[in-house]
Amino acid sequence: MPLRMIVLAKQVPDTKHVVGEVMKPDGTVNRGALAAIFNPEDLNALELGLQLKERYGGEVILMTMGPPRAVEILQDALCRGADRVILLSDRRFAASDTLATSYTIAQAITTRLMPYDMVLCGRQAIDGDTAQVGPQVADKLGISQVTFAEAVLEYQDGKFRIQRDLGRTQETVEVSAPVLLTVRRTANSPRWPNARLVLKYRRARCAFDIEKEAQRQGRSVDEVLAHLGEKGLFIETWGAEDIDADLARIGITGSPTKVKKVDNVVLAGRNLRLFRGDDAGVRELVTELVEERTFG
Amino acid sequence: MTPHNDIWVFAEVEGGQVADVSLELLGKGRELAEGLGVKLAAVILGSGTRRLASVLFAHGADMVYSAEHEGLAEYTTLPYARVLTALVRDRKPEIVLYGATPLGRDLAPRVASALRAGLTADCTDLQIGSYESGGRLYQRKLLQIRPAWGGNIIATIVSPDVLPQMATVREGVMHVPEPQDGREGILIDVPVEIPPEDHAVRILERQTHPRRVDLRAADIIVSGGYGLGSKENFALLEELASLLGARAQIGASRAAVDAGFVHADHQVGQTGTTVRPKLYIACGISGAVQHRAGMEESAKIIAINTDPEAPIFQIAHYGIVGDVREVIPRLIKALKGKL
Repeated sequence: MPLRMIVLAKQVPDTKHVVGEVMKPDGTVNRGALAAIFNPEDLNALELGLQLKERYGGEVILMTMGPPRAVEILQDALCRGADRVILLSDRRFAASDTLATSYTIAQAITTRLMPYDMVLCGRQAIDGDTAQVGPQVADKLGISQVTFAEAVLEYQDGKFRIQRDLGRTQETVEVSAPVLLTVRRTANSPRWPNARLVLKYRRARCAFDIEKEAQRQGRSVDEVLAHLGEKGLFIETWGAEDIDADLARIGITGSPTKVKKVDNVVLAGRNLRLFRGDDAGVRELVTELVEERTFG
Repeated sequence: MTPHNDIWVFAEVEGGQVADVSLELLGKGRELAEGLGVKLAAVILGSGTRRLASVLFAHGADMVYSAEHEGLAEYTTLPYARVLTALVRDRKPEIVLYGATPLGRDLAPRVASALRAGLTADCTDLQIGSYESGGRLYQRKLLQIRPAWGGNIIATIVSPDVLPQMATVREGVMHVPEPQDGREGILIDVPVEIPPEDHAVRILERQTHPRRVDLRAADIIVSGGYGLGSKENFALLEELASLLGARAQIGASRAAVDAGFVHADHQVGQTGTTVRPKLYIACGISGAVQHRAGMEESAKIIAINTDPEAPIFQIAHYGIVGDVREVIPRLIKALKGKL
């Protein structure tokens, strides 16, 4: 039985590689200078979806919510083998917390993407590290969830057998479709973009790019749209009206949590005392630590 | 029914006992409750768990809501979320706190979504304070403080308009209060009904291995990073730790765990254990912000690293610039001569 899978992904600042110019002289991070990347564990979710498609047949749809620029990860997803990608983007979605985000995503799924067998997303995104959107989408869809998923062992008679890794606890669970999975980075090694697909999809464009593209090509917007549609290069873009969203539940209005303030983490210098690494230096350090009773 | 304004702690059960993180939260919850002049309640779900109420009272709970049912014997998302959501709707607490454990991070977002309440993940501090927005001043709000952007910033989050205010809190950052044996409170039994469709996830197998090491109880942590170069070199750390006494343990950075040098139970940092020993010896650890977040409150920090620019030196008290594989044997030799 083929599986229809929806993968949720996010474009995030690359918070794990804070080097060089990204670090300001005062020891704080220049957030604007961080590269935007495909959230790593969402790549594991996409990979799991693609592997399930290879085993059982079906379709992998990848959706992201974000600014127009997030189309970059959609092009990437197409190049890695996603069958269809969707950009959820609208100025009114901006500043959504996890509750508003999960409402918006669930609304897109229930209004435009029914039915489905599985929703997959990364365990968490490296910008917020909240791990909340997955379970909150599952709640809004009214389906069960399997968080910290490590592997899908089997799919038979509409049921999945799934392995979870909770640190010190490992679980194997059985659950009926439809279900939402959050996937850990240890689940698999995401495949690289396929060269043939890269050649094709580097020309894929979303609605926000069309005018610029028309100018560049010296054609009308309609011509460009028709051309992209014909070649399968038009990336669907949905705003609030397309998913029949309740405006009170999206964006900043729909977000109960607010950021009161943000402090940069500054490395506190602590009067570091340096010792040499040779025998004499090490002996000196040990003597001092014994004398002040840190050792012994 | 008039809204209540209690503070609740979700009491997680681990191996038949109340999890440490829940006791830590009772300590913090007590402090917040006294500041606000409200009651502190613990909520415990399970089967045969009512008996744990005395532990919760001893650690500061004024009330315990106990929901017992066979269907709650093992944690699964839907039954737990249903029972807790209904109880919050009924009793209207002002604040609900959970441990940021795998269970807490599975359950809390589900409950927050059902209640349409705000939830802040993985807090490292909680305070009471005010928030101003649009010319309006909100007072006595829960300030939910957490690192974000990989630990490069610290954000203070509030949920000004919507109750309850909910947060998950990182394990090990708050202190377990001294238990007061015989301290009493009000035990409230919560009736439970679980519809069959809530048992959608069936656990076929569950294996828990005990913590190989309890870093939070260690006075001294000898911690190794990628700079050690191999699993074999980790044995050097063990020799060093054994010289430093029974309460010395082995820690590790994520890079060392990822490289397979040591088991993940030893990992210190944002995704590992948060520690604050009397002495932390960082060997071949560069000090990425995610690691520092888990150890920078150690009373004394010694850093050994080849790179003098490594950020670990900025939080260390003592430093040696050099190759750990050469420095540690010298340290062992010097200690043997002194101790």
